[in-house]
Amino acid sequence: MTTTKTAATVRGVRSARDPNLLRLLVMLVFVFVLMTVLRPNQFATIASFNSMMRQFPEYGIMSIGISLAMITGGIDLGVVGTANLSAIVAAKFLIGTVPRGAPPAQVVPYLIIAVLLSLSVGLACGTIAGTLISRFNIPAILATLGTQQLFTGIAIGITNGRPQSGLPLLYSRIGNTEFFRFVPLSFMIFFIVAVSVGIMLSRTRFGTFMYMMGTNPRAARYAGLNNTSIILRTYMISGLLSSVAGLIMMARANSAKADYGAPYTLQCVLIAVLGGIDPNGGFGTIGGVTMAILILQFLSSGLNMFNNISNFYRDVIWGGVLILVLVFNKLLSWREERRAVRKSMN
Amino acid sequence: MISLGRISKRSEPYVLAAIILLSLLIQARSGQFFSGNNLVDLARSLIVPALFSVGCMMVIVSGGIDVSFPAIASLAMYVTDKILLASNYSGNVILAYAISAGLGLLMGALNGFLIGFLRLPTLVVTLGTSSLYTGLMFGAFSASASDVPPAIARHGKEILFTATNPTMGLTSNMPSQILILIAVLILAFLLLRYTMLGRGIYAIGGDETAAERAGFNVRGIKMFLYCFVGVLAGITGIARISMMTYADPSTMLGMEMTVIAAVVLGGTRVTGGMGSLTGTILGVALMTILSNSLILIGIPTYWTRVFTGAVIIIGTGVTAHQTIATRRRRAQSQKAAA
Repeated sequence: MTTTKTAATVRGVRSARDPNLLRLLVMLVFVFVLMTVLRPNQFATIASFNSMMRQFPEYGIMSIGISLAMITGGIDLGVVGTANLSAIVAAKFLIGTVPRGAPPAQVVPYLIIAVLLSLSVGLACGTIAGTLISRFNIPAILATLGTQQLFTGIAIGITNGRPQSGLPLLYSRIGNTEFFRFVPLSFMIFFIVAVSVGIMLSRTRFGTFMYMMGTNPRAARYAGLNNTSIILRTYMISGLLSSVAGLIMMARANSAKADYGAPYTLQCVLIAVLGGIDPNGGFGTIGGVTMAILILQFLSSGLNMFNNISNFYRDVIWGGVLILVLVFNKLLSWREERRAVRKSMN
Repeated sequence: MISLGRISKRSEPYVLAAIILLSLLIQARSGQFFSGNNLVDLARSLIVPALFSVGCMMVIVSGGIDVSFPAIASLAMYVTDKILLASNYSGNVILAYAISAGLGLLMGALNGFLIGFLRLPTLVVTLGTSSLYTGLMFGAFSASASDVPPAIARHGKEILFTATNPTMGLTSNMPSQILILIAVLILAFLLLRYTMLGRGIYAIGGDETAAERAGFNVRGIKMFLYCFVGVLAGITGIARISMMTYADPSTMLGMEMTVIAAVVLGGTRVTGGMGSLTGTILGVALMTILSNSLILIGIPTYWTRVFTGAVIIIGTGVTAHQTIATRRRRAQSQKAAA
């Protein structure tokens, strides 16, 4: 009885103090309208939506993984390394075992094994990171910095840094399926991941525990939570999600390589912060993160439609947006604090 | 009197032991480690990460973390390079260092303002400015590998001495930039040891609130710290391109991870308040040996990153374990006293 009550209050408090979602929605609509007005024939077209839906799931899923780690007060800088390593393991397995020119029906079991193999590599990577953080008390930022080097290093080592290509055709054909000739499979996977992680965070005990631990780990421990197991499970989920992203990258590129998606780490942290995840832990929702993903995708696809704007301006805009959002949130919270103090004085 | 137990609680002896073991191993396997040219080569590749590590260590001691210094160094050196090339400058290299340091100061000041005055989280801020600066470099200046002005090229050819390896017939030159490293180390040592500012950096890292109540100007110290890192990065940028004798905008990008790893490996506590220059330099030396000399014992370069990752994890794990063990021992002795 009491637990459900506290959980409900925590949830109530969280949604009440989330004006961030509304702000993100305004920003999303603004970017969308801006791009539509500036590039009317290119931006708001079916073809451009289709290509956007193909682009964001891979880093979107990794952003959700990083967001989970940040909610518990940590960070996971190893997502890209995990994604590439698990994709490479799957690719090596497929290239090594599937006989050349085998009929599709014969390839399917190999594909299932490859996917399971890749997911378990992701889970193992997450377990390693989670164990280092929760059992050995290494600060998350360093532990995952180390695992990022380690996983990327292993990926380079077992491939000699070369791309792994020559996957069975069926893999990329399944991976690039489009429902109704419009909705890519990767988008469906992203949708399922976002919804189920969202439900996990807002409707399950474990989700509430994650927020409680992220707000104040010591208080959480005294309240009887098993912090070690919460941290471990969080990074395991993040590792699992990274391997899903890795499988999507492998389908899109039709190969796997140790340094695919290198700039995604920064981008994912940016998305999480923009989406309202507090870098100190305890706050943020998947809804916010999803909107941040869409904002960034609209911005970058829109900018791509201007031929005279260099691709590198995207870095400038992302860095600039990240800092502006931080400053804006800070000023806002200062104003709120001041208002609260004034109210308490009256 | 220094007791053995006291020594074993610090990390420097462990890092030193690891360096000695590793060098003996490489020497035994290849016979090439203690040759003059290999040692000079190591010193040469140590200069840039060591220069970075001094600023990085001070930031971590203050309880923060900075990942933007390679971006600052790259943008500062690239703009300086372009300015000097465009103005056909042929004078002394000191001007190059001055311009680059000034640009670094400006970029560091932005970090300092956001972190010191707005109290924003250091990792996210520096990730953001890092992206901003590299984007500016490649976008606004459409940077690509370019020539260096004569002043920098001449500076790059200043050599202190040359070491030859009689068996292999290889020679290696000790670049004059090592003098800059020595000067920076002395300056940082004096700053951290003998000035109120330096003690303030440790105080903030130990407990920010306590430091503030004790009268330290926390904002001012943080502002100074990130400006100092910026200046240092600007200088490092010029040192790097003068040693390479061409300005490659991406040569330093991505170094932040190994530098942070080296600093932490050298015993700097990630949560702040503890760290020494000796440990930092030992950490950098270990990382440099790992990345330079593994090839001497037949480990392909592809595997270097696995070793870097493993060293980071083991090194930070040992440090974290020591902190907890000390805390537990202290709690026990307190209980015993009561």
